[in-house]
Amino acid sequence: METMANTASAETDPMVPQLARVAAKRQDGPDVWTLDLCLEAGTWGGFQPGQFNMLSVFGVGEVPISFSGHPTDTTKIVHTIRAVGPVSRALTELPVDAYLGVRGPYGVGWPMQAAKGQDVLIVAGGLGLAPVRPVLYSLLAERGRYGSVALLYGTRSPKDILFLSELESWRSRFDMQVEVTVDHAGGDWHGRVGVVTKLINRVEFDPDDTVAMICGPEIMMRFAANRLREEGISGDRIFLSMERNMQCAIGLCGHCQMGPVFVCKDGPVFTHDFLRPLMAVKEL
Amino acid sequence: MEIEGLTKFIAGHPLFKGLDAGFLELVTGCAKNARFEAGVYLAHEGDAADVLYLIRHGEVGLSVATPGQGNLSFLTVGPGESVGLSWLFPPYRWTYDARAINLVRAIAIDAACLRNKCENDHHLGYEVMKRLVPVLVDRLHATRLQLLDVYGNHG
Repeated sequence: METMANTASAETDPMVPQLARVAAKRQDGPDVWTLDLCLEAGTWGGFQPGQFNMLSVFGVGEVPISFSGHPTDTTKIVHTIRAVGPVSRALTELPVDAYLGVRGPYGVGWPMQAAKGQDVLIVAGGLGLAPVRPVLYSLLAERGRYGSVALLYGTRSPKDILFLSELESWRSRFDMQVEVTVDHAGGDWHGRVGVVTKLINRVEFDPDDTVAMICGPEIMMRFAANRLREEGISGDRIFLSMERNMQCAIGLCGHCQMGPVFVCKDGPVFTHDFLRPLMAVKEL
Repeated sequence: MEIEGLTKFIAGHPLFKGLDAGFLELVTGCAKNARFEAGVYLAHEGDAADVLYLIRHGEVGLSVATPGQGNLSFLTVGPGESVGLSWLFPPYRWTYDARAINLVRAIAIDAACLRNKCENDHHLGYEVMKRLVPVLVDRLHATRLQLLDVYGNHG
């Protein structure tokens, strides 16, 4: 009898997943888990920050999930997942050593090359910190190639802050600025409270030499992008990561079509100049 | 000397930046320095709203007491921002608690004094309103986003 590994032809058929094992898992927030996956086939080629994988739980379904680990780490694949629907919940409930399907990496990621020599301003909201964590790993791995680096992170409440120990470690560095705010908090929270856009005037950047990357709920991204434009950053320097109903991930099925593009293949990262008119169309 | 310092700071604060020198003098006439150690309340909900604070240094947490949950913070206000808008309209009562998170240095503007000057000089009143309304609008937009709970798990 042929084994699954023998019959799978993931190299030739992009719709066929590779088999992966959950090597480790840790909870990063309420309903949020980070999984370290190892491919049964061995090492893999890494990814570009901002790209995503299609993860499948056998018998349940498949969902797109952004990478949240080191882009150059070819020994494991890291994904941070929030239990929102049946598939993502099943993913977060997989025990260590369980198997799942992996297709990818897919999509066009963050403009890491274009950001070289520029100030980089990252605005993340909620779980949106996960898809930009690889950006931060890349920036810090080649810190000298970039101008100032700032991360502005907003989330719901103190208990929802993702990657807390890493945020603390980044905040202690002298070569980057990290600002965190929550939408509401109890009396035991001594950090900032308010929407993430309020943090924008706490960092200094040169609008003409800044690349901004925004990731989070679409409403938050819309407000943040508009606020950055008010600060003088042009729309072709503001990048957003879009979330849509991605199913095939290769631009065939059309589920994630947004105007003239497929988010899975042409994105998920686009400039605000491109997205601005499309985001104004409620039906999209 | 103190008046000179107050005028300079008020002129440089985003709320009053660009204000005509004559109007600036009128505003400064209602102002004095204020200092709050960490943990001290600038205002309590329900108290008479008789001061507008222009924050120079430190941060102020705005919160509302919630039965069973203690004080829930909804906004942090820092340097270059202001605390206190309830003095603008009757019944002139604070609608939240304002507490110094760390050492706060501020300019305290006597609200009744400023209101009277605005009433007597509508040009000044209009200038003050033009500066305060954007703060209100900004807070309204922010509150709307907070109410939408955009980071919540809506699955």
